[in-house]
Amino acid sequence: MDFFVQLLINGIVIGSIYALVALGFVIIYKASSIVNFAQGELLMVGAYICLALTTDWRVPIVPAFLLTLVFAAALGVLLERLILRPMIGEPVISVIMVTLGLSSILRAIVQGIWGTDTKAFPSPFPSAPVMLGPVPVSQGYLWSVGCVAVLLVLFTFFFRNARAGIAMRATAFSQQVALSMGISVKRIFALSWSIAAVVSAIGGVLLASIRGGLDGSLAFLGLKAVPVAILGGLDSIQGAIVGGVMIGVLENLSGGYLDPMFGGGVKEVAPFVALVLILMIKPYGLFGKVRIERV
Amino acid sequence: MRCGEFRTSYAADMAIFETPMATRLLAAFLGLLALVPIFSTTYWLDVANRIGIAIIGAVGLNILTGFTGQVSLGNAAFLAVGAYSTAAIGTRWDLPWLAIVPLSGLITAAVGMVFGVPSLRLKGLYLGLATLAAHFIVEFTAVHWEALTGGVRGISIPAARLFTLTFDSDRSLFYVIFPVMVALVFFAKNLFRTKVGKAFVAIRDQDISAEVMGVNVFKYKLISFAVSSFYVGVAGSLLAYQAHIISPENFPLTVGIDYLGMIIIGGLGSILGSILGAIFITLLPELLRLLSGAAAGTFPGLVQLLASIKMGVFGLAIVLFLIFEPDGLAARWHTIKNYWKLYPFSY
Repeated sequence: MDFFVQLLINGIVIGSIYALVALGFVIIYKASSIVNFAQGELLMVGAYICLALTTDWRVPIVPAFLLTLVFAAALGVLLERLILRPMIGEPVISVIMVTLGLSSILRAIVQGIWGTDTKAFPSPFPSAPVMLGPVPVSQGYLWSVGCVAVLLVLFTFFFRNARAGIAMRATAFSQQVALSMGISVKRIFALSWSIAAVVSAIGGVLLASIRGGLDGSLAFLGLKAVPVAILGGLDSIQGAIVGGVMIGVLENLSGGYLDPMFGGGVKEVAPFVALVLILMIKPYGLFGKVRIERV
Repeated sequence: MRCGEFRTSYAADMAIFETPMATRLLAAFLGLLALVPIFSTTYWLDVANRIGIAIIGAVGLNILTGFTGQVSLGNAAFLAVGAYSTAAIGTRWDLPWLAIVPLSGLITAAVGMVFGVPSLRLKGLYLGLATLAAHFIVEFTAVHWEALTGGVRGISIPAARLFTLTFDSDRSLFYVIFPVMVALVFFAKNLFRTKVGKAFVAIRDQDISAEVMGVNVFKYKLISFAVSSFYVGVAGSLLAYQAHIISPENFPLTVGIDYLGMIIIGGLGSILGSILGAIFITLLPELLRLLSGAAAGTFPGLVQLLASIKMGVFGLAIVLFLIFEPDGLAARWHTIKNYWKLYPFSY
């Protein structure tokens, strides 16, 4: 039983990080119908910027973190303006490829500047774990759970009450109608990319400080956002959070119980098996908007 | 030279060889190609073989993605299936490559059809994500089904054999890879003159209209998956012969993305485009290596950066092509050809 509880709690805390990654993914998809395969790279860039600010420029961690967020927002706007805007109206394969191309450019820039070695990342969290019942949990994970909770509340209010949030929802519903109501769809796209980049940067910094080290493997977490977002529904904020936690738990439980049978590696493949099953049974996920179409 | 091209019948419009001159030029080109191994160094022969394999794979992917409009991100997985089929058959039975290569293609076609079944319900993006999942599942299988695949340690492949000949060097493999490549390219070119190929294009352009016109969408989608996977499986099989030893590390996700890059840069829905794209993407790292070798005197740090430069240039090439030349190298080639056809009187 203890083993089960431990796997469950680990799953929830790791799932909260996945949720954070998927959040950026979903925000971009919701506003502009672009699936961003460069999500993991945005995560990585954010973490490296923060690292450079704290170690090379000796900025204290809190202002460094805030500066990182400002930089991420600017990067998001820049990417949208330079690369994604010409892709409006192009076929799906082109849009997918442009984000894949973007991901290899970002990875190349990061490797070119900081190299491929793992760098130590200063952890702002005390190293003593907190006891949750019988299970020790590191404080970094608790921070990430807290962050996800705060962001969930924030975004729920943003999409329900804020002017920009409502404009984003209107754009997602119909770009033409939004345009005719005086909403600048271009500005909404830019806004969604900068929000996604900021959320990813938060995720990147949290992940790097939890791991205590930073290297290119961080970017592969971006792919985990795919099953998460599909499970929750590609255009649902709550879906990203719920999906993240569910995939995290699934991954840990299947890894814990099935690994001895298969000899390892189940943890990595389980989310993708789930992805196939979800696509077969319920392609629009738990909370996604169902588009009815008969062929 | 290419004047006098007036099409007055449907047959002339559909002809592969537009003029007798074009036929002769192509025959001369293929003849010259057959002489390459005599003059080429081993290094460039290896590159040429990789180009030949890439062309087969890119034509296969273009049949599925460019002509039928079904997005596939799991191409590396199908390459792996083809390669492992060759390993499994080659180590168990003593067959000539002329049997093993098509068999590997058929096995891959069967696997491809299994992953094509979701295309009944899923379209566009969602299908792409399903094939992404297929990649990870095949990778997991390759690592864990050790009896068949040798797991992470890899498996070695017996050299290709035909009657008494053994094809174990790059020089001899050239004469395996290029005939197969030429045959498959001609098959693909012909495919799109038949009912099946036209059904593929109809599904890509508008699947609902295709259904209304009497095209069985699901059947033809499955055929497309099968044909495409057959090509990719053959490419994987030849890749196995060329590599001698294969392990799951030979087939990372990035290989599939490279193939997508080939058809994007070459031109979606164009056989010529797949060929040009395959050449471009395979030569790109070689040219960068040569350039960085030449510039190493002035910038000594350049060689360490080579891996990231390769990746960056690849990404940049894809992004720039998508923004500035979405129809790819094939469209550019046609523009140039049409200009010179009437030179100096192009209006």
